[in-house]
Amino acid sequence: MTLTRILGAVALVAVVGASIFALFIVPADVNQGDAQRIMYVHVPSAWLAYLSFGVTALSGIAYLWRRDLRFDAVALAGAEIGVMFTAFAIWGGMMWGRPVWGVFWQWEDPRLTTTALLLALYLGYLLIRRLTEDPYRRATRAAVVGIVAAVDIPIVHFSVEWWRGLHQGPTIGSPDKVLHPSAPGLFVIALVGMVVAFTIAWSWLMVRRYQLARIEWQIEEHGRLGRISAARRAALATSPPAGEPVAGPGVEGA
Amino acid sequence: MNGLRADAAVAWAIARKDARAELRGRQATVSTLFFAALVLLLFGFALGPDARRLTEAAPGLLWLAIVFGSLLSVTRLHQLEVEDGALDELARYPVERYAIYLGKLLAGFAVVLVLGGVLLPVVAILYGISLGEAWPALVVTVLLGAIGLAAVGTFYAGVTVRMAAREVMLPLLMLPVVAPLLLAAVKATTAALAGDPLGDLGAWLQLLAAFDLVMIVAGAATYGYLLEE
Repeated sequence: MTLTRILGAVALVAVVGASIFALFIVPADVNQGDAQRIMYVHVPSAWLAYLSFGVTALSGIAYLWRRDLRFDAVALAGAEIGVMFTAFAIWGGMMWGRPVWGVFWQWEDPRLTTTALLLALYLGYLLIRRLTEDPYRRATRAAVVGIVAAVDIPIVHFSVEWWRGLHQGPTIGSPDKVLHPSAPGLFVIALVGMVVAFTIAWSWLMVRRYQLARIEWQIEEHGRLGRISAARRAALATSPPAGEPVAGPGVEGA
Repeated sequence: MNGLRADAAVAWAIARKDARAELRGRQATVSTLFFAALVLLLFGFALGPDARRLTEAAPGLLWLAIVFGSLLSVTRLHQLEVEDGALDELARYPVERYAIYLGKLLAGFAVVLVLGGVLLPVVAILYGISLGEAWPALVVTVLLGAIGLAAVGTFYAGVTVRMAAREVMLPLLMLPVVAPLLLAAVKATTAALAGDPLGDLGAWLQLLAAFDLVMIVAGAATYGYLLEE
């Protein structure tokens, strides 16, 4: 626990420090003005979104292999935190797109469209977890859905890239410009600093979410045991045992 | 080699069983076809009576109708399996899991193919398109699209078939995944109808084929875990 606390403190200091540097010390971009500073949040968010979903897919594979619910807890942490960072990335992209491109939503930017689909994919992943009660069944379903979603990401990216590329040239102000700005040295330091700070914060969030998932699981288990013993007591109190109710196949939660 | 042949026989038997059930009961095709045709009619209302606009939008509308229709029909094929506990029986057979997946996929493919085959002329009539010389390319596009939809649909039907909220969950899970397929199929159809002026038809068909391949492999590798439940 203390290690987690230390990690959290380091993350806080790193994020605050890198933010101060990126917001106040680095000069504004010549072309884009202060809007360019959105990139210091946008780029790390996008990177962590992909990292999280990678973790989810790998933990899913590990779960199917080992059948250990701890891997499922890691997968859950990755998906939830990934969804949060994906939403950050989209939000930042839209805020940046408005002054630079003139529109919130640029259909011809493959990254934006891909990220929106990514958000939909993993919201579905979280929903299926929520709607499955049995922990092992939930872990299995989540694992396979997470794997297929991860496999789909490169195809989505490719197709959207082609979709734009094959019928029109590159758009004005492509995001790559941000990586070659007017004052390279400071910009790169600020961006790398934010990526590092965000990644430390991400690992703290992952650890915390994992711990929380374990606690949730214990409570669930406790509740299940409680229900079983209550049902048993009730059955003994009312009538002589007439055989256990047979759980058939078919729809769950009936 | 012998094992592969046995697996192919299993897949074929499952597909044939589904096809026979479908021919007798028409559970998956008739209602789905009716629904998809209705969707096409409603698109016409939504986009107004301007004939040119409808013609321009036709490839997109065709594929949206096929995607929506396939959502229904592929689920239906799985639904029938669960209602009598047949899926649990199927899971108990000592056969390769991926063979079961491929069998269900084949049946789904046949249903989606029928759907595409019927909707294509319907779109041509409703939205005033002449299929003319484009039909060989269109047939290939529909074939590849049907494989992909059946591959993804069969997998997600397997995920959701035992869930109480499957009617909501299946589209939520499946639609983002088939987005690249929709995109490539619409582009290929547009290119084919226009006589491939940009020379990009082949690229889109390749993308469709790649999508199909990846999804079949991913589905075949993971479907077995769903049967264990």
